[in-house]
Amino acid sequence: MTDFLPTGIQLTYLVAASLFILGLKKLGSPATARAGNVWAAVGMFLAIVATLLDRQVLNYEMILIAIAIGSVIGAVVAYKVAMTEMPQMVGLLNGLGGAASALVAVGEFWRLLGSGEPISLDSNISMLLDVLIGGVTFTGSFIAFAKLQGIMSGSPITFSLQQPFNASLLIGYVVGSGFLILDPGNLPIFLGIVVISLILGVMFVIPIGGGDMPVVISLLNSFSGLAAAAAGFVVMNNMLIISGALVGASGLILTQIMCKAMNRSLANVLFSAFGTGSGAAAGAAGGATDQTVHSIDAEEGAMMLGYARSVVIIPGYGMAVAQAQHAVRELADQLDRLGVEVKYAIHPVAGRMPGHMNVLLAEANVPYPQLYDMDDINPQFDQTDVALVIGANDVVNPAARHDSASPIYGMPILDVDRAKHTIVIKRGMSTGFAGVENELFYKDKTMMLFGSAKDMVAKLVSEVKQL
Amino acid sequence: MTETLIAALFVFVLASFTGFEVINKVPPTLHTPLMSGSNAISGIAVLGAIVVSGERNTSLTVILGLIAVILATVNVVGGFLVTDRMLQMFKKKEAKA
Repeated sequence: MTDFLPTGIQLTYLVAASLFILGLKKLGSPATARAGNVWAAVGMFLAIVATLLDRQVLNYEMILIAIAIGSVIGAVVAYKVAMTEMPQMVGLLNGLGGAASALVAVGEFWRLLGSGEPISLDSNISMLLDVLIGGVTFTGSFIAFAKLQGIMSGSPITFSLQQPFNASLLIGYVVGSGFLILDPGNLPIFLGIVVISLILGVMFVIPIGGGDMPVVISLLNSFSGLAAAAAGFVVMNNMLIISGALVGASGLILTQIMCKAMNRSLANVLFSAFGTGSGAAAGAAGGATDQTVHSIDAEEGAMMLGYARSVVIIPGYGMAVAQAQHAVRELADQLDRLGVEVKYAIHPVAGRMPGHMNVLLAEANVPYPQLYDMDDINPQFDQTDVALVIGANDVVNPAARHDSASPIYGMPILDVDRAKHTIVIKRGMSTGFAGVENELFYKDKTMMLFGSAKDMVAKLVSEVKQL
Repeated sequence: MTETLIAALFVFVLASFTGFEVINKVPPTLHTPLMSGSNAISGIAVLGAIVVSGERNTSLTVILGLIAVILATVNVVGGFLVTDRMLQMFKKKEAKA
């Protein structure tokens, strides 16, 4: 596959790679983001056309049919998906990219076997890496998809001897790779490597719970890029290597941001099966049970909100699940009508993927300047009359600030307890993802509104209308 | 290691640094679009799939390659379109504000 490619194709690749870099740069700023996406899409189009002109490519009809099928499916999915389902969508697309990359390695291996060409050490190692990264991305993303879609339970799945089992899989991969390098073209071992890689992907994601999904999704995003780069090494194509490296880097940056927002290391997120029966969580729960909770109804809640001067809304995953973003916007509009200043406080890991809340609020037409990041809003809670928490839990738990025994200790939180009053909309008293009792609910100035986010916000809207 | 591989490694490492530099400091609002946009770019694997399925015969290689072409195209087209859909929402809202 190191055949000479005509200069024109390579120059087109150069243009396409530049378009990717410029497109990604533009994607980083709100004003230019849409143009950036278009630039990247044009780059992709050029790269695909150039590759079809490659003289090795003779099978035009079939390939064009395959591209047409893929385009139709992709377009239909992209237009049908609801904004609340965006995390699953991104997860699914990651998986497809990973699968495609892994298939490139398997196909190339098969071609080399059939042609009788000797398999060089370079391409052997490239294929092994491609199968591993692509395979893990493929099955890992599908498990993430199943968890987010609710096909599988979102809680961490662990079993005894899990770590030894994973370790033996890894050893199996390394030993198998060693054999394959000594004996290139050994089909059974190659297939074994493929199977091990696929199982590793499953094992990698099942112990990770729903609340850690922002980290997993961005990490898998990074992997899908690395898989494409590995496929680039297999067919020795610079375009794949460059694009894969770019995506790998961007995914890694997002992963870092997410980990930082939870004050946890990547290793801790991946291997700790957070929130499963740790002693600290049980202890915290025990200490809180004898405290009382102030429950109010929608009418009282509406009074508090309507007569406040400033209200900060804190949306969480519960708002996404209930699809309550439009109702929330309506409530904000009604409050605005009464002269209440409304702001939204967005925690970096609220929801199930990076930026999840921003997308939902954008769908509901919430004006961009009303959204505040954690660092900007926290100093303002002192001057806030009412903090309205909708479906968020761990990200507003004050225990993260002072209780060093709590599993979430040290995680940066939104300081809603510093507002004059806090209203929490919640289905019941169940704990959040981390399995930790939230002391915020027991504070004197915290009022609980029990009910589903959508119903409760709708009730608040109709009550506020009557003020 | 062959010269080709070394050259490819250079390209990989330099492109990674470029990626880190270009994408640093993205505001949280754009995290999701950035992720789905870069996700679409990772569908570049379609190029490898095209090369692998290029031969004019029906071997397993070609079949695997064609499946890879379909999957990667779904990734590319779905990724870019869904990103555009999201960014369109941001746009609309900015115009109002």
